[in-house]
Amino acid sequence: MTDTLNETVGAIGRPIRRKEDARLVTGNTNWTDNIQLPGTLHMAFLRSSIAHAKIVRIDTSAALAAEGVIHVYTGADFPGQPGSTCVWPVTDDIVLSHYPVICEDEVKYVGDVVAVVIATEKYLATDALDLIDVDYEVLPAIVDMEAALADGSPLVHSDKGTNHCYTAPVPFGGDYAEVKAKADVVVTRRFINQRLIPTTMEPRAVVAAPMGMTDEITLWSATQVPHILRVLLALLTGIPENNLRVIAPDVGGGFGGKLQIYREEVLAVILAKKLGRPIKWTETRSESILTMHHGRDQIQDIEIAATSDGQILGMQVHLLADMGAYLQIITPGTPLLGMFMYSGIYKMEALDFKCTGVYTNKTPTDAYRGAGRPEATFAVERIVDELAAELGMDPMELRMKNWIKHEEFPYTTVEGLTYDTGNYEAATARALELFGMEELRAEQAVRRATGDKVQLGIGISTFTEMCGLAPSRTLGALKYVAGGWEHCTIRALPTGKIELVTGTSPHGQGHATAWSQIASDIIGVPVEDIEVIYGDTGRSPYGMDTYGSRSLAVGGQAIKVAGERLVEKARIIAAHQLEVSPDDIEFNAGTYSVKGDPEKATTIQAIAFSAFTAHNLPDGVEPTLSGEATVDPMDFSYPHGTHLAAMEVDTETGKVKLRKYVAVDDCGIQVNPMIVEGQVHGGLAQGIGQAMFEGAEYDSNGNLLTASMGDYLIPSSADLPSFITDRTVTPSTTHPLGTKGIGEAGAIASTPAIVNGVVDAIRHLGVNDVLMPTSPQNVYRALKAANKGGAA
Amino acid sequence: MTHISATVDGTHRQGEVEPRLLLVHWLRENLGLVGTPIGCDTSNCGACTVLVNGKSVKSCNVLAVQVDGAEVTTIQGLASEDEWHPVQKAFKECHGLQCGFCTPGMIMASVDLLSENPNPTEEEIRDGLHGNLCRCTGYHNIVKAVSMAAAEMSGS
Repeated sequence: MTDTLNETVGAIGRPIRRKEDARLVTGNTNWTDNIQLPGTLHMAFLRSSIAHAKIVRIDTSAALAAEGVIHVYTGADFPGQPGSTCVWPVTDDIVLSHYPVICEDEVKYVGDVVAVVIATEKYLATDALDLIDVDYEVLPAIVDMEAALADGSPLVHSDKGTNHCYTAPVPFGGDYAEVKAKADVVVTRRFINQRLIPTTMEPRAVVAAPMGMTDEITLWSATQVPHILRVLLALLTGIPENNLRVIAPDVGGGFGGKLQIYREEVLAVILAKKLGRPIKWTETRSESILTMHHGRDQIQDIEIAATSDGQILGMQVHLLADMGAYLQIITPGTPLLGMFMYSGIYKMEALDFKCTGVYTNKTPTDAYRGAGRPEATFAVERIVDELAAELGMDPMELRMKNWIKHEEFPYTTVEGLTYDTGNYEAATARALELFGMEELRAEQAVRRATGDKVQLGIGISTFTEMCGLAPSRTLGALKYVAGGWEHCTIRALPTGKIELVTGTSPHGQGHATAWSQIASDIIGVPVEDIEVIYGDTGRSPYGMDTYGSRSLAVGGQAIKVAGERLVEKARIIAAHQLEVSPDDIEFNAGTYSVKGDPEKATTIQAIAFSAFTAHNLPDGVEPTLSGEATVDPMDFSYPHGTHLAAMEVDTETGKVKLRKYVAVDDCGIQVNPMIVEGQVHGGLAQGIGQAMFEGAEYDSNGNLLTASMGDYLIPSSADLPSFITDRTVTPSTTHPLGTKGIGEAGAIASTPAIVNGVVDAIRHLGVNDVLMPTSPQNVYRALKAANKGGAA
Repeated sequence: MTHISATVDGTHRQGEVEPRLLLVHWLRENLGLVGTPIGCDTSNCGACTVLVNGKSVKSCNVLAVQVDGAEVTTIQGLASEDEWHPVQKAFKECHGLQCGFCTPGMIMASVDLLSENPNPTEEEIRDGLHGNLCRCTGYHNIVKAVSMAAAEMSGS
């Protein structure tokens, strides 16, 4: 344990209560749906109820005649206009798709937009949808990925001649065939990483309005990515970028689901410009479940090769990834974001990776909390457990034998990443201590021996992940069309108050508090005197927004450099006013003093005022006091941890209960441990949600069966226990703050921990996998199948 | 249109509403009380929870006409002029919120829970709030916050 690194006298490292909360607990909020501008027109969307069909005829006349209806638009009104786009064409020969803002002649998933009503009131816009008459010619729906790739399959995009979107074989290190030939044991499994729905508590919402003084259109959107959205809106609509302002006001969760450019945003901007009036739309939850992009949805064929004494030699990873009907912002890249993480924390000689993207008549997929890394971590942590079972080894012992030892860092993995630091031994030791492994194993043995109907299983996940998206050159090499830098401007105002402008765009992460803590330590101004400005391209013009646990790892660096530049400028002014050389000035906690003569001193606030009056500045120093930095990260950072789950499985009913969960994470230096812990809790709930409760289900005609919150089950308070959490602290060395990332760790680590625990509980009954979610039905089916197979 | 009047957050309010108008839409669109958000359309999430005559209801599941003559308290009327309700204080103190979208409903449901059961166990809190969904916190700190508020309100 190296906890002492976290004990600082400054603001960093303290569990400061959040600045954000005063507004949020009193209802003094600014959600997009709260915005009510005079003269607003409301959008309502007619969405396809059929997964795949030709639009033969649309009659909008009755809707147009209805009360309050101003316009009804169909695809014919916007020929060729894209509603979204893909910025990550992952291979040279990828088959791209056109995602129309409104479908012109064919619908490709249930929820696809057929028409839009513009009316004076929300209820009236919705009423008019019922009056639109559409004739469809139903086409065969393509739902199953493997069937989609079979010869003669009907096509999602008939003009493309194939449902195959891309295949990305990645030449990682080593020759898998060679290591497999010398292996004593080869274990093969097919894992299904099911389709998930992000389910942010705030549904999507947009307001677009011409604001009068200029040609500018302002778009308020419940988005994670106002900066990226502005660029893409300009490219897709032809409205000059300098006439677009995008504001992400209070945003109620994102989890990747709001890392997107959506057709509703595009249409709102186009119509606000065209009609010269504010346009507003807030989706219903049912609409959101159908049309906010989905996540995961991979078939993972995994093979691991090892020696008989448990040395892992290599892995083969072949993925089928469901794109859904169209490619959106990073649809094809999302499964590839995990490709560097399949070896996890383990040393191996070879990794063979291949991913094939497939079109189907379903909602497009894209980033969802962890984006590729949860899938990779699930696969490696599950297959390691299966290997342990095959070898008859304790699963933790097998992990310890193969993981990178703390003295071996920096370590270059088989995928070619260099992990800077880590201490898997320390995190595991702490987790085992908190978990009470020996007692639980003893109870497990008793339950097995007595044939108890409720069996106990222990699930292990020793994970790592990569945070800090991303060095821009790396992104370029991966064919991603943007960079991964981050910006910060810190302004010291004449009254001594601070404005910190960040390009990150929080939606629950507490940046206003944490960024103030970082800046406070650097510029020596109290946390409460720092106002953090974000989420508005008008006030924060440069940024790359918030996703991929990048905000602190990358944005934090920009805060540090900007703060240091401000301090240095103020030092020159202080030296001038105190009549010494800048080298003779000491800076400590906001005060500049003369070395050896501490009575001669001034404060950063006083200098801010004199930089404003500019009456007494040294020659060549410009008025005003600020520091600005745009930082491109040198490398990624690699949080890790050990998670342990105790799972009870009722072998008669299939019911699974999570009894105890221990998470020891190592995210390096913690700026605010309270916020870190909150991120861990929330990530756990989502990862556990995937493992135990959630799954988007389609029928063979492409109808989404889990189409309401009553059918798509996110965990409730009654479904989860309190968590036991702790941290070890192994600072990152890839950047000066030593932080890593924590936003996705819980979601990445917990899914395999839960499933490993469920399988461990019933492995002696012949079960070696249970489909997610581990619902009573899926567990019962696994037990039945094992029984039929004649296993013990 | 139907005429209704009610006391909302301590103020007498009245208006003509369509019989089909949901309470949450009356609050948000007509009265401008946008502190109460809407999270779903199937009464699963509880984000829109308010108190009607002291009892928690999901305001997306109640018609505006049903509160005629009633007393409605939203998150915006919970604090007194100079002090937050103990549940509001506890949510901040325990980091019982992240994005904050479920928070108004979660706090109002907790207020009702504590009025019925001033000293709930962890299990009773988890059971009592299972109709209010949160996607950020994993509920861990929400449960802690409700326990803390219970202790403060009962003076222990």
